[in-house]
Amino acid sequence: MFEILIERFNYIPIVILMMTGLYVVIATGNLVKRLVGLSLFQTSVFLLYITMGKVFGGQPPIIADDGHGGGHGDAAGHGEAAGHGAEAAGHAADAATHAAPAAADHAADAAGHAAEAAAIVYSNPLPHVLILTAIVVGVATLAVGLALVVRIREAYGTIEDDALNAADYSLETGSSN
Amino acid sequence: MDMLASLLPANIAVHAPVLIVVIPLMAAAIAALMPKGFYSWIVVLVTAIAVAILSLVLLGQVAGAGAVSYAVGGWAPPIGIELRADMLNVPLLLLVGFVGLLCVIYALPSVRDEIAAKQQPLFYSAFLVCFTGLLGVTITGDAFNLFVFLEISSISTYTIIAMGAGKDRRALTASYNYLVLGTIGATFFVIGVGFLYMATGTLNMADMAAVLQENGHNRVTQAAFAFIVVGLGLKAAMFPLHVWLPNAYAFAPNFVTAFLASTATKVAFYALLRFVFSIFHPEVHFVSVSFTWVFAVVGVIAMIVASVQAVFQTDARRLLAYSSVAQVGYMMLGLGMGTASGLSASLLHLMNHALMKGALFMALGAFALNFGVRRVKDLAGLGKVMPASSMAFTIAGLSLVGVPLTVGFTSKWYLVTAALERGWWWAVAALMLSSLLALAYVARLLAAIWMEPAPGHQGAAPARRLAPWMVLAPMSVLAFANIYFFFHADPLVGLARAAANAVMGGY
Repeated sequence: MFEILIERFNYIPIVILMMTGLYVVIATGNLVKRLVGLSLFQTSVFLLYITMGKVFGGQPPIIADDGHGGGHGDAAGHGEAAGHGAEAAGHAADAATHAAPAAADHAADAAGHAAEAAAIVYSNPLPHVLILTAIVVGVATLAVGLALVVRIREAYGTIEDDALNAADYSLETGSSN
Repeated sequence: MDMLASLLPANIAVHAPVLIVVIPLMAAAIAALMPKGFYSWIVVLVTAIAVAILSLVLLGQVAGAGAVSYAVGGWAPPIGIELRADMLNVPLLLLVGFVGLLCVIYALPSVRDEIAAKQQPLFYSAFLVCFTGLLGVTITGDAFNLFVFLEISSISTYTIIAMGAGKDRRALTASYNYLVLGTIGATFFVIGVGFLYMATGTLNMADMAAVLQENGHNRVTQAAFAFIVVGLGLKAAMFPLHVWLPNAYAFAPNFVTAFLASTATKVAFYALLRFVFSIFHPEVHFVSVSFTWVFAVVGVIAMIVASVQAVFQTDARRLLAYSSVAQVGYMMLGLGMGTASGLSASLLHLMNHALMKGALFMALGAFALNFGVRRVKDLAGLGKVMPASSMAFTIAGLSLVGVPLTVGFTSKWYLVTAALERGWWWAVAALMLSSLLALAYVARLLAAIWMEPAPGHQGAAPARRLAPWMVLAPMSVLAFANIYFFFHADPLVGLARAAANAVMGGY
């Protein structure tokens, strides 16, 4: 049990952050604090993706022109753009999972080994690219959420959930307060 | 079908899969720059027509070739993003395209009434972004791209729901709650996709399916399945995750409610189908167990509980919103049967439900447009005052109950047949009970409209006040479709069957 946790130490802070975020969303009655919790929850997922892309001993996925990455036949064949590094890593990951289904849990690590056999070890850049998109989505959500909170405060004069429910309830039953 | 494929010149038709997403996205920017709401509406109308034509072209292509794959930017899948149209998602594209077009025609008078003049261009722009997102979710063949489109549609949905605040400030809290829950749902989904990526090393859906088929499943893919089902279930208003829906539908602008009720949850349901059937195969043990013990059970509970809740609502739109949750239950039940006939019944109900709910919400919008009414008891006497809208409402309402001569009967018939094939007597009993409850809540609305006298006026019959033709026309088309497709069920049933067969065969 303890060993399993140690082997997956990188997931521990992610799980803690994720649960903290979710708990804040559920527990607080303050609309702004709830958005803070939501951001925390989303951030934990960013970290989950980034930790997926880490390959032990892997270099930054930049293919240099000056012969540094020249030994990597596959990547060199594809050209010099850094984006093609993603392709190479993707192929490696495919190969790894096809070869070792049981090790799917450690696909990223296995991909690393496959790439090592080929030539230089690169980290997998694809999760980073994905998370760049997810961060943008998160920022947009937060912006819309905060804008709504501003409007709610203008309309109701409060941003506490209980007070909002009370105000809406009086509206529904028709009694003015 | 060849005729459909040749609607556009070949060199444009080749790019139809990407154009159907890019055109609304570009148009959103143009609509935002327009000086007046009316010009923006023209942009939206032209876009909606273009999308409807493109969806027909795609139907023609798919009917001819089986599936159309488009590599965005020339990067071949599985590395690049793939857009993929096949028999499962083309019906959804048609649905979003055509119901979207009808809703857009309806929008002009409705939006003029509900949204402040200077906000209208931005409102239309946000609507187009939402439209883009829904079409994107439907056509994409890439799991992460699906998440991005899902969030594009959701974030713009939050804003257009909140625009109902001009009439009722509760739209703001409804939108906020939807935002919090919707984001949690999307994040669950993205965690699931992350796990799938760990297990397969690819993001392309077809490739994922192939890798999973070859390598089999383990605990990572099981976790991915759970996260994806919860995430997409939340977006599709699957029963215990539906709490955002009633308020969002009740307080959004009428046009938004009509559009969302007939498209947004449907598209999320499609995405769920795509993952459950195409990527995780229904023959995999944990998936087939989830059919019986999650989808079917949740569906039956939704059918009963949400219908009971609907019976006791005072707000007419909230009543129909709870009914929507119950109808999603029917679809989940069809999915839970795990057979081709159950799935096709489910897809048929999905399309039919869009026809009924579109017409119902449009009619309620027409009542609100003329008289500002939204509670059930305020509908009293409207049958005499607004006969055309009331007729459309009645036809769609009867269709919702499942009265013969309407499409509601057809899809319930197929659901019952599929349940009997599977030997699920309890599901048939639940369907009957839920239909009776539907009769109860629809009867409440119809009784108010037709039986009760209009209030006030000291016996003087109130003058007729027809809704504008732009409101009446799309509503009547949808109401007529509710009857037409009962007598000519083949097109819709054929689409649903082809979709179910396509999806049961995996990718």
